[in-house]
Amino acid sequence: MNIPAMVVRVKQKRIAELISHGKRLDERGLDEYRDIQLEVGVIERAEGSARIRLGKTEVMVGVKIETGEPFPDVPNEGVLTVNAELVPLASPTFEAGPPDENSIELARIVDRGIRESKAITLEKLCITPQKKVFVVFVDIYVLNHDGNLIDASAMAALAALLNTKMFNYELKNDEVQIKPGYTQLPIVNHPVAVTFAKINDKIVVDPWLEEEQVMDARITITMDKDDKVCAVQKGGYGYFSKEQIFEAAKIAKKKSEELRKILVKS
Amino acid sequence: MAKKSPEKGEKPEKLINKNNIRIDGRKLNELRPTKLEVGILSNADGSAYIEQGKNKILAAVYGPKELHPKHLALPDRALLHCRYHMAPFSVQERKSPAPSRREIELSKVIRESLEPSIFAEYYPRTSIDVFIEVLQADGGTRCAGITIASLALADAGIPMRDLVSACAAGKVEGHLLLDLTDTEDKAGEADLPLAFMPNFNAITLLQMDGKLTPDEFEQAVNMAVEGCKQMSTLQKEALKAKYVVKEANEE
Amino acid sequence: MINLSTFYEKRQLVLPGDLLAEGDYMAGDNTYKEGDKIYATRIGLVDYEQRKIYVVALKSFYIPSVGDTVIGKVVEVGLSSWTVDINAPYLATLRASDVLDRTFKPRKDELPSIFDVNELIIAKIVSYDRTCDPLLTVREPGLGKISRGQIIEVTPTKIPRVIGRKGSMVNMIKDETGCQITIGQNGLILVNGKTPEDERIAITAIRKIEEEAHTSGLTDRITEMIRRKKKEEK
Repeated sequence: MNIPAMVVRVKQKRIAELISHGKRLDERGLDEYRDIQLEVGVIERAEGSARIRLGKTEVMVGVKIETGEPFPDVPNEGVLTVNAELVPLASPTFEAGPPDENSIELARIVDRGIRESKAITLEKLCITPQKKVFVVFVDIYVLNHDGNLIDASAMAALAALLNTKMFNYELKNDEVQIKPGYTQLPIVNHPVAVTFAKINDKIVVDPWLEEEQVMDARITITMDKDDKVCAVQKGGYGYFSKEQIFEAAKIAKKKSEELRKILVKS
Repeated sequence: MAKKSPEKGEKPEKLINKNNIRIDGRKLNELRPTKLEVGILSNADGSAYIEQGKNKILAAVYGPKELHPKHLALPDRALLHCRYHMAPFSVQERKSPAPSRREIELSKVIRESLEPSIFAEYYPRTSIDVFIEVLQADGGTRCAGITIASLALADAGIPMRDLVSACAAGKVEGHLLLDLTDTEDKAGEADLPLAFMPNFNAITLLQMDGKLTPDEFEQAVNMAVEGCKQMSTLQKEALKAKYVVKEANEE
Repeated sequence: MINLSTFYEKRQLVLPGDLLAEGDYMAGDNTYKEGDKIYATRIGLVDYEQRKIYVVALKSFYIPSVGDTVIGKVVEVGLSSWTVDINAPYLATLRASDVLDRTFKPRKDELPSIFDVNELIIAKIVSYDRTCDPLLTVREPGLGKISRGQIIEVTPTKIPRVIGRKGSMVNMIKDETGCQITIGQNGLILVNGKTPEDERIAITAIRKIEEEAHTSGLTDRITEMIRRKKKEEK
């Protein structure tokens, strides 16, 4: 049994009680995020990278750009692929092995935010239609799990993309020849994910690990810079009422605007 | 011969005409013709089948049964396990039988949509296995899968708080509509699958991808909930059909 | 002013999640209470007994109960016990000490010679609670290995109907067909007749009871059916 990985029942009760009175164990407001520290360009070998600390949750994202073939149904578009790894050192509950449902869900939620907001104009990544395009690999690496991996990963992913430089190239006989110099990867939208936990029928923003262990359900709402909703995902064993979802959407709009300022500034 | 996706340069026909009628003749808030059957597999403890437009999906439940290895079992409740899987011949281009990332994610969200409905705490240390097999796919398969999985659970005699029904709303060519086909989903601006438990006004599955203003989001959620209520009526009719037939035979 | 309302007539078909009643009622079998509302948890026929509302499930599985006679299949032979599948969510255990007079560990090959994997036994449940698997005994007369006959499976909730009031139904079938019939509360029934035809008639009768369990005048109809079939056989 892992004491750090499990919340003792007495503490669980305390957390839930406090929340019914509008308070949290770490003294945050119900709609407050933990401290955010963001660094970009931390991995020189990657075309783009970022490392975020959201409270004690730590996630690193690396962006690599390679050339490859486009998908047959969209021959003029570059390819975006997002992958997440919950590496064992990040938590006693993570095991080595192929991606499990949690890491797959995490990657797909972050992917949806970027893809549906059209943050990357994939047509601009086309080299030779139907033959060669740029493939953007976004790899999410969770280094320490203290709750809300989704928002941390989404923010780090966007920061890493904003930091990504593509090498300049020219086509000689269908071969990509690298030229000196770099161009910033064109990012035209800034999707931000805001995750809520439902505890004792109240919704709280940015749940930390112990709140996640007590929550009934969670919902993530991703909004773009025009305040459009571009991705939503409910998770967990419980449920939400319609009213709770609409309330979350209102708060998400406010929080995504706040978080976007931090991301775009870096 | 399989119909390939539109060739380069081919302009797709409009999906909604000026009278707000869709290419299959439906109104914006109309469900596809749906047929539900319960208890069609003899080995499974519970089963159900749906045909919804071109969707053909089968669900089966085994359990509750003791879970081995024992260390995976939960001491105070049954473990619900769900597998959503698409047959290789279910889609336009043959799909590999190995579970894709999408199937793994859907298996998770479907399980989470059904979990609040069952009294898992009555059967500690057991597992309840739900299998959803998509035989033919045309959009909205996770919702159809949840609807029949709930019927299969009821058919297996597993005590439930309520039936769970599911339906997707979306936005196509600027209009909000219900129960999208694959074509509508691919060409559309947003897709919003939702699962609902009516007694508790509970939304147990909610996903969305695309772009919606907060107002459109609210409208789409409301629309999907109404769609779920319609599916719920069909579910009850299907269950009654299976168990009432016997009384009729006695007349 | 207490609000008392029920929404279904007695013996009407209800589905999981159907609202059965609102007010000062008690939640009986296959129902649950949320606030002051009572809902069904399974498909079945709703019924009332004064202030208690319950549902007779049409489809359910067997939950072990101490004192029940069950028919099970040996699925594993261990060092000092057998694991028996009694068609319930939990596997049952039969200890070697229940069968052997000696209490020390039996010789390695002795257990399979008593009951081997895939053999059927009639046993009684001696203990069962939420934290452990059901424990069986075969010490009483009539219990032990099943060596001949046919086994059929019915939904456990129909077993009382197959037995009938004070055994009236099952005794009638035994008399009319000349078969030995052992009923397991877990839905498994052993039919042992002098001829396969007799067994077949008994089995058909049991199946008909299962299908028409909720109707009246059943005993007479079944008696008539058995007599008719016996004439046809001749």
